[in-house]
This record gives sequence, structure tokens and C-alpha cells, in this order.
Amino acid sequence: MTKSINQQIAFWILRIMSSLVVLFLVLILGFIISKGIGVINWKFLTTMPEDGMTKGGIYPAIIGTFCLVGGSMLFAFPIGVMSGIFIHEYAPNGFFKRFVQLMTNNLAGVPSIVFGLFGMSLFVNKLHFGDSIIAGSLTLGLLVLPVVIRTTEEALKSVNDSFRLASYGLGASKLQTIWRVVLPIATPNIITGLILSIGRVSGETAPILFTVAAYYLPKLPTSMYDQVMALPYHLYVLSTSGTDIKASRDMAYGTALVLVAIVLIANLIANALRKFLSKKVKMN
Amino acid sequence: MYKIESKDVNLYYGEHHALKNISLQMKANTVTALIGPSGCGKSTYLRLLNRMNDLIENVRIEGTVLIDNKDIYARGIKIDELRKKVGMVFQKPNPFPKTIFENVAYGLRVNGISNKSYIEERVTRSLQNAALWEEVKDKLKKSAFELSGGQQQRLCIARALAIEPSIVLMDEPASALDPISTAKIEELIYELKDKYTIVIVTHNMQQAARVSDRTAFFYIGEVVEYNDTKEIFTNPKNQRTQNYITGRFG
Ligand SMILES: Nc1ncnc2c1ncn2[C@@H]1O[C@H](COP(=O)(O)OP(=O)(O)OP(=O)(O)O)[C@@H](O)[C@H]1O
Ligand SMILES: [Mg+2]
Repeated sequence: MTKSINQQIAFWILRIMSSLVVLFLVLILGFIISKGIGVINWKFLTTMPEDGMTKGGIYPAIIGTFCLVGGSMLFAFPIGVMSGIFIHEYAPNGFFKRFVQLMTNNLAGVPSIVFGLFGMSLFVNKLHFGDSIIAGSLTLGLLVLPVVIRTTEEALKSVNDSFRLASYGLGASKLQTIWRVVLPIATPNIITGLILSIGRVSGETAPILFTVAAYYLPKLPTSMYDQVMALPYHLYVLSTSGTDIKASRDMAYGTALVLVAIVLIANLIANALRKFLSKKVKMN
Repeated sequence: MYKIESKDVNLYYGEHHALKNISLQMKANTVTALIGPSGCGKSTYLRLLNRMNDLIENVRIEGTVLIDNKDIYARGIKIDELRKKVGMVFQKPNPFPKTIFENVAYGLRVNGISNKSYIEERVTRSLQNAALWEEVKDKLKKSAFELSGGQQQRLCIARALAIEPSIVLMDEPASALDPISTAKIEELIYELKDKYTIVIVTHNMQQAARVSDRTAFFYIGEVVEYNDTKEIFTNPKNQRTQNYITGRFG
């Protein structure tokens, strides 16, 4: 009797807590949508800002964010996945492996503004990239590298060893085993790393502040050494240091909505991809 | 003369002495059963024969293992060549998350064979040899996971046969299966004897008696008795063997 009452109480507490989470999420989304939806139209998405950013669109910031997401993934994804494979499949258990794992964990805990400073001094100044897409992408890439490495490691760890043994037993080499058996099984979960990284990269402001983001630049980049505007920084500018903060308030909410929408869409696409791949892996 | 021959083999997992002075000889086209209580070293001995123990850290091996009169632990031995010759079937069916066809073709592909019609022919033949062909011939492009446990295990046998080994090692291949599937596997082992040399680990005394020609009784890392299966089961020389096969311990 008391046991079932306890069960009931535990159930309801957990249920209320998880409902709260959903509630806040809905509140935030609802708030941003209701405030931002008014300015969203085709023109807002596809034209340059005008009149000291109080009118016009946010086209260059959208393109800029796409460039940075793409650039940083191009850098972080192959390196991160390969490091993850190395750490989990190749590195012998020992000092080096533990050291790398410790460092990756620490790297994940470093505040993003520190990455910004580091990126500025290394990529912008030392390597003379200047404020540029490449400097910003590399900085953002470093920021999400630990995420990619960790999710890759976890994905590989979840591949049952019996598959590896079966493969070795048939005379396959280590590389063949990883390439033909382990990676296809792990890929859907590795994609999770991609999803998380894209979300993280598209929303970060601090790492791009000193490395790429332009305050106001009403044209599109032509090379990776150009500066770009970016959505999170544009949002920050519109709400704190624009030419006329009141006049650009609606545009700020519009920008926020676009940013959220991009992250959500990226998640949806990556999720669909993951589902598709995990179905395909069984069929191969 | 012998297909498989181990001489004074000792194996250590770190400090743990898991195989003690094991000397066994097995003739071609025979079935040898390895029996004994849990933890006595049967699987370890089996993995010795296709060098699967190499994948475990801190393993030390002394002594000689000859297959076709060649020392498989000699320098310069190609492990992938060895594993092609010595196939293995595991306790739990472990087909890859691939199609039925690709599961059987896998061993051929990783060994550099790409001739399509040859692969098709080998896959068909292997599935026939594993007594699975009739059940799967219409769904070769379906996932191997759609098969029952017993079918999956026969698929794993087909997969091992596809690369034309001359020895097949089986580690309790039927322990996860129902009686009917088990009977099918046993029947299959009996048929495979014509073409292959088989070493099988089993906890099932009737199974050992039914399928094997020779039986080795392992006890805490040693081979206590090794003889014709008939002899072992009707007239064991050692008291511990007798206790084990009559179910008094183990
Ligand atoms: N990877 C390993 N690392 C360390 N010790 C091991 C390892 N594998 C097996 N052993 C030890 O070696 C001994 C023999 O193990 P093995 O798996 O060969 O026994 P087995 O006869 O196959 O037992 P079972 O019937 O339970 O499968 C056991 O004491 C076991 O604890
Ligand atoms: Mg065992």
C-alpha cells in the first residue's frame, strides 16, 4: 500500500519536472515566435540591412552563419572523427590514451570566450589570416572538436565487440573491420555529434567576436579571407549597440527566430539522416 | 599426419596460468569435442588455434601449435591467411547488420575477391552447406537480423564456410538455441566432417557423444583425458572425467 503510494508520488514528481522542462521550452519558443514572426518575410531573409540596420534584411548574416557552420564542420568533423577512431580503436590502453581523453574533456570545459581570444591571437594575428571566415571557422572548429571526439568515441564504444571478433575471424584486417563493420554501425550515432556541433556552432557569439564577425557589412563574402556578419553577433548588435536600439528591436527578435529556426531545421535534417542511416545499416 | 597438433602449450593471461602443458593432436576430417567445467580453458584453447588470443592484451604463449605441420606462431606467419584457413563460429550468433547475402560474402570481399559471379556461387554453395539455403533463398537481400536465432547461427556457419577453411572452430555453437535448432546444427556438424576438421566446445555431454570422434576433458587448465569419444563416455580412465560426465560436478 505505502509502496504504491510512494510509487505514485515519485511518478508524479518526475512527471511534473519533465513537464516543466517542456513548458519552458514552449514558453521560450512561443515568446520568440510571437515577437519575431511579424518581421519575417521573404525580403527580410534575402536583402541587406538598411538605414543603420533598422530596416531591410539580414541576408548577409544568414549567409555568414552558413559559411561559419560549414567551415567549422569541414575542419572539426574529419579531425574529430578520426581522433575518436584513433583513441577508441587504435591507441593502446595507457598513459597517452588517458592523457588525450583528459585533455579532450578539459577542452570541452573551457569557456568559449577563451577560444575567441586564442583564435584571435593564433589565427588572426600569428597566422595573419586577419578577421576572416577561415579564422572564425577554425576557432569554432576547435570549440566543438571535443564534442565530435567524444560522440565518436561513444558511438564506437556502443558497437558490440562480437562484430569485431566475427570480422577478424574471417581474416579481415583492423582497417577493414573498422571501415566495413564498425563505422557503418556507428555512423548514425556519430551523426549525433554533428547535430550537437551544428547547434553549438551556429549559436556561439564569443568565439567569432574577435575572429570574423563584422558589425555591419552589407555584402557577401567572396573568399575565405573575408569577414562576414553572423546571426548571433548581429542579434547582439541589434539589441545592445545598434544605431537605434528601439527601432531595431523587432528585427532583433526576427533574427533570433531565424537563428532558432536554422538550428531546429539542422537538427531535423540530421535526425532524419540518422534514422535513414540506421535503417540502411541493417540492410546495407 | 595430424591436421592440428599442439605441443606443451602454456598460456598466461597476465599472471593467470590458463593453459598448462597442453598437448593434443587432431586428425583431418574428424570432430573433436572439448569438454570440462566452466573456466577450465576450453575457449582459450580454441582461440589459440586461430590466434584470436592475440587480440587480448597481456597474453603470453609458450610451446608450439602446428597446423598442417606449420608452426602458426612462427615469425612471418600471416594471421589473416591463418584465419582464412581456420574458421570460427561463436557462442552467440553474431551476424553483421547487413543482408543475408552480404554476411556470407563478407569474408570473400575482405580477402580481395570481387568477381561477382564467383561470389554469388560461393554464397549459394555455403548456404547450402550450412543447410540454410532452402529457408533463405528468396530473401537474400533481407537483413540477417530478420532470421531466427537458429537460422542466424547457421548463417554464421555459412559465413565461416564461404572462405573455404579446412578447419572450423565452434565455441558452444548451440548453447543459445532451442532443441530443434540444436539438432539441426548437430546434424550439420556431422555432415561437415567430410570436408572439414572440426573442433567444438560444448557443455552438453549428449552433444559431445553424438557429434564427436574424439573428446578432450579439460580441468583447470589441463587436459586430464583425451581419447576416442566412445572410450571417454563408456570407459573413462580418470576419476575426475567420470565424475564430470556423470554430472557429479561442473
Ligand atoms: N580475456 C581474458 N583475460 C583474462 N583472463 C581470462 C580471459 N579469458 C579467459 N580468462 C581466464 O582464463 C580461464 C579460462 O577461460 P576460458 O574462457 O578459456 O574458459 P572456458 O573453459 O571456455 O569456460 P566456459 O565454459 O565458461 O566458457 C578462466 O579462468 C578465465 O577467467
Ligand atoms: Mg568458453
